[in-house]
Amino acid sequence: MNGPVPRLGRTPSRWRVQATPIICVMAGSTIPALLPIISQSPTLPPFGLLILIGWRLLHHEIWPLWIGAPLGAFDDLMSGHPFGTAILLWSLVMMLIEMADSRLFWRDYWHDWLIAILACALFLGGSLLITWASGSKTPLLLVLPQLLWSALLYPLIVRIIAAVDRWRMMA
Amino acid sequence: MARSSSRRPGINRRAQYSLFVSYVIAIAGAVTGLLALLLAKADPAGFAVLRAAASETTRPVAATLSSMVSGIGSIDEHFVAYINAGSQNAALRRQVEANRVRVIEAQAIEQENIRLKKLLKLTESTDAEVATARLISSSSTISRRIARINAGSLQGVATGMPVRAPEGLIGRVLLVGPNSADVLLLTDSQNIVPVRRASDNAGGISTGRDDGTIEIRPLSAGANPFHPGDIMVTTGTGGLYSPNIPVAVVVALRNGTAIGVPLASPARVEAVMIERPYDANIPPPPGAPEEGDNGEKQGQ
Repeated sequence: MNGPVPRLGRTPSRWRVQATPIICVMAGSTIPALLPIISQSPTLPPFGLLILIGWRLLHHEIWPLWIGAPLGAFDDLMSGHPFGTAILLWSLVMMLIEMADSRLFWRDYWHDWLIAILACALFLGGSLLITWASGSKTPLLLVLPQLLWSALLYPLIVRIIAAVDRWRMMA
Repeated sequence: MARSSSRRPGINRRAQYSLFVSYVIAIAGAVTGLLALLLAKADPAGFAVLRAAASETTRPVAATLSSMVSGIGSIDEHFVAYINAGSQNAALRRQVEANRVRVIEAQAIEQENIRLKKLLKLTESTDAEVATARLISSSSTISRRIARINAGSLQGVATGMPVRAPEGLIGRVLLVGPNSADVLLLTDSQNIVPVRRASDNAGGISTGRDDGTIEIRPLSAGANPFHPGDIMVTTGTGGLYSPNIPVAVVVALRNGTAIGVPLASPARVEAVMIERPYDANIPPPPGAPEEGDNGEKQGQ
């Protein structure tokens, strides 16, 4: 077996092309809720957001601009954030990436990484502010490891997305 | 990677329109999120049904995985244990020395207790326990400390019920689905538990610090009465937790408050028990109206 091979004159089904990225992001949001880890501090990076950014930066026209809201709603339900956190912050992230895209003429791999780190920082910082507003007193230092894991994990996630994207485009 | 094409519509009026509309929808989405947040703040139970439904869908997989794996949960603790190995070792050794004496004392007290209970013909009341469950997953990506158990309203679990392990207090039920429930852990900064020192009655208030430890503020003003090694238990004040559930051991003092580590680590406990709120266990005082009558008579 040499993996999937593209066939001449065939195009992948529409369902596969459109649904694969969305299912990827939803799976990323669901993973932390499935793992039997009873963590004592915020440990896991926001997988859903990392996968969302990965797909968005790989294919700029894959989604409409408002995709952050519905996928964020799903992420909120899975992660346990106050409902609305990811709807708001993911929408902002998608719009900011859009603006960055219209400024940058060329995007390098390092640009992508930097964008992903900034987006994660915005999400983690924003969600911490929202948690503070609801009465928690989590110290800021506690989310820094999460940001570090996100930054380190992003290249791996890009690789996985690229592999999935290859499968997606095969008819 | 070259820049987007259809997102730079040029002079195409139709493309300009659709780009504008997509921005409007995206901003509307963000505003919806903000409104949902405000709504959730005004009415915290509003989205509980949605969240419970989500927890129901993930429960089968999470429960299966957690039954297969045990020990991964304490992975972060192992890291911390390595970092603090030296000081922790010394502290633990001191504690073992202290505990050895206590165990002997406790055995004697236990014997005496059994004897006295037989004398009084008391039996342990077991009706407080509603269900037994396992911790199957947790909110490991967010800053709040919430764990999920595989028992819900069908097993009799209700919001607000205290959750404990044999080793000590775990937290209280925050949200209930049919077969699963979310538990606000003791270490969450929104979980406040009235505690007292087990040896005497020096009272305090325990608040989580979101990093696996808790902060214990003394009730009395003045110098902090707590010392490292003190065992804190619940007081029963407030009517939620029954008294004398072990809560935490004090490990350090900082700025007039004591830092404690929960005695029951949620990552390590095998099973947790969901209990009725303590208040519900107290029968109404017998003959209360009669006493009132007596009072009136005396008054006349």
